[in-house]
Amino acid sequence: MANRIEERFIQLRQKGEKGLITYIAAGDPNTETTEKLVLAMEQAGADIVELGIPYSDPLADGPVIQEASQRALKGGITLEKIFRTVANIRQQSQVPLALMTYVNPILQYGAEAFVVKCEEVGVDGLIIPDLPQEETYLIRPTLAESSVALIPLLAPTSTEDRIKEITREARGFVYCVSVTGVTGMRQEVAGDIDGFIATIRKNTDKPLGLGFGVSTPEQAKAMARLSDAVIVGSAIVKIIGEKGASEESIEAVKGFTAQLKGALKDAGN
Amino acid sequence: MTVYNQPDSNGHFGIFGGRFVPETLMPALIELEQAYREAQADPDFQKELDYYLRQYVGRENPLYYAEGLTQHLGGAKIYLKREDLNHTGAHKINNAVAQALLAKRMGKTRVIAETGAGQHGVATATVAAKFGLECTIFMGEEDIKRQELNVFRMKLLGAKVQPVISGSKTLKDACNEAIRYWVTNVRDTFYIFGTAAGCHPWPMMVRDFQAIIGKETRVQILEQEGRLPDYVLACVGGGSNAMGMFYPFLEDGEVKLVGVEAAGHGVDTDKHAASLNKGTPGVLHGTMSFILQDGDGQIIEAHSVSAGLDYPGVGPEHAYLKDTGRVSYEAVTDEEALKAFQVLCRTEGIIPALESSHALAQVVKLAPTLSKEAVIVVCLSGRGDKDVQQVARILEVE
Repeated sequence: MANRIEERFIQLRQKGEKGLITYIAAGDPNTETTEKLVLAMEQAGADIVELGIPYSDPLADGPVIQEASQRALKGGITLEKIFRTVANIRQQSQVPLALMTYVNPILQYGAEAFVVKCEEVGVDGLIIPDLPQEETYLIRPTLAESSVALIPLLAPTSTEDRIKEITREARGFVYCVSVTGVTGMRQEVAGDIDGFIATIRKNTDKPLGLGFGVSTPEQAKAMARLSDAVIVGSAIVKIIGEKGASEESIEAVKGFTAQLKGALKDAGN
Repeated sequence: MTVYNQPDSNGHFGIFGGRFVPETLMPALIELEQAYREAQADPDFQKELDYYLRQYVGRENPLYYAEGLTQHLGGAKIYLKREDLNHTGAHKINNAVAQALLAKRMGKTRVIAETGAGQHGVATATVAAKFGLECTIFMGEEDIKRQELNVFRMKLLGAKVQPVISGSKTLKDACNEAIRYWVTNVRDTFYIFGTAAGCHPWPMMVRDFQAIIGKETRVQILEQEGRLPDYVLACVGGGSNAMGMFYPFLEDGEVKLVGVEAAGHGVDTDKHAASLNKGTPGVLHGTMSFILQDGDGQIIEAHSVSAGLDYPGVGPEHAYLKDTGRVSYEAVTDEEALKAFQVLCRTEGIIPALESSHALAQVVKLAPTLSKEAVIVVCLSGRGDKDVQQVARILEVE
């Protein structure tokens, strides 16, 4: 089944370009702003947009996204509103969209109903940071019959056996967590992104998105040399946190997105 | 009764349990489980643990026939398992000592823990001082304000108390923050998780380390009564004292097991902590269990007069035991717990923890309905010294 994320990576490869994936928290600070931001980021060159589903207990997120989640929840964001927002965006744009969500909102909605709704409104992928390979049985049967891709995460601590298994099942792209701070256990892996990526490349030819901690065009450029796409979240969310629901906020995000994309063009093959 | 053999190799208790954590932590959890299994099979580790449980914690503690309480209630014979007599005043130390020894064995030099009321924080700070481990305790800013004395205790013991300002600034946020810290410092840090909840292997590991409670109780009641009890009761927040008490009785089909949750202002209000009675299946802190959540899967704040039960989730094995019907779960209100607290003070000269008072409140209801030949065992999981100021405030004792 056609999937906008997979098609985008095929196009990027054909053009020899690196992709830019941008993240914002849905409903931060309201859904009107979210719609405008997605369209603005697309215009400025974002290849794929990740919409975070705000969650009360985001244990994989740092302070910037925690605060954005709190702002959105205080603003009354709900899953239904997020699905409506995606449907609205789809009337105006075919930008590939992924939802980044903790697993509990999916389970509470019902995994099958959630996936059906994603397809209906035009969501292309799911990124679920607290659903490791071992627990994907909860959602995989439903996804198998759908166009929605389950995009798995790999960390510098992932063993090669895990990398092999996880990439084999991956759809859309493989989300590689580059981050310093999430260091390895006994193996000294922190800082050795090259080695981490090389191990993944050895095991799969699926597209790799590299994210966590990428906050400047320079860093994006450096990361793009290793991957097929770079994911930028907190740096964008921080702008929204500072400037709120204003036009200024949307212009600033648009400008920053354009800078990131510009930096990636320089990093092309 | 069939042989009880939970969890499975991925830490599932039926549909509950599991490891709902970022990929980054998966290899560390697998390593922790391996280290735990090796330690359990190592007689030297068992010998060392046994030594500290006897000489440092003060085990075994009594299974005490509460004659005054029994006469007061006028029904079944009531026995109290005296976890309140342990060093640091509660069952928490059983698990903290064992995990600290495991940390040492794994070559970790730093330990972290989450705490709500501060009891697990104090137990962890205590064993960290004892075994020379650097210790950081994550505690919500709100709880720090409410539990000054325990914060001071932890600092006296040399621990760093890290205030948590995210989310609701209480126990669940302290858990989130401790997990975030562990993700980034997993190489030299051991996370001493305080209850039989969270992701695999903690529910299994904490249960096994707390099972000393039930093992001793089983031997002691056979000595004193010549038979197994009719009822065994324990309070349930995350559920570690209850799992430790129930586990050695699970295959004794004739023994009725009763977990007691905190009903706060009542289970039909929005202020309670009765995850098993009023919650629905979902994921919190890495495990699938019954949790308090809204229709969108957002976690709802729990409420209980007892800070140790004030948690919107519960250990996954309790969820499983509820589903299978092996254990029944009741809930008692703040008010009922406070009454039971006073009853034990006056009839036995024992000041119970507010957590344990919930189990006692269920005994107050149950005992008079049973014959004088019936035998009830209740886990007195902790002493109430920490709670006297709060209770004085509520009861306006002069």
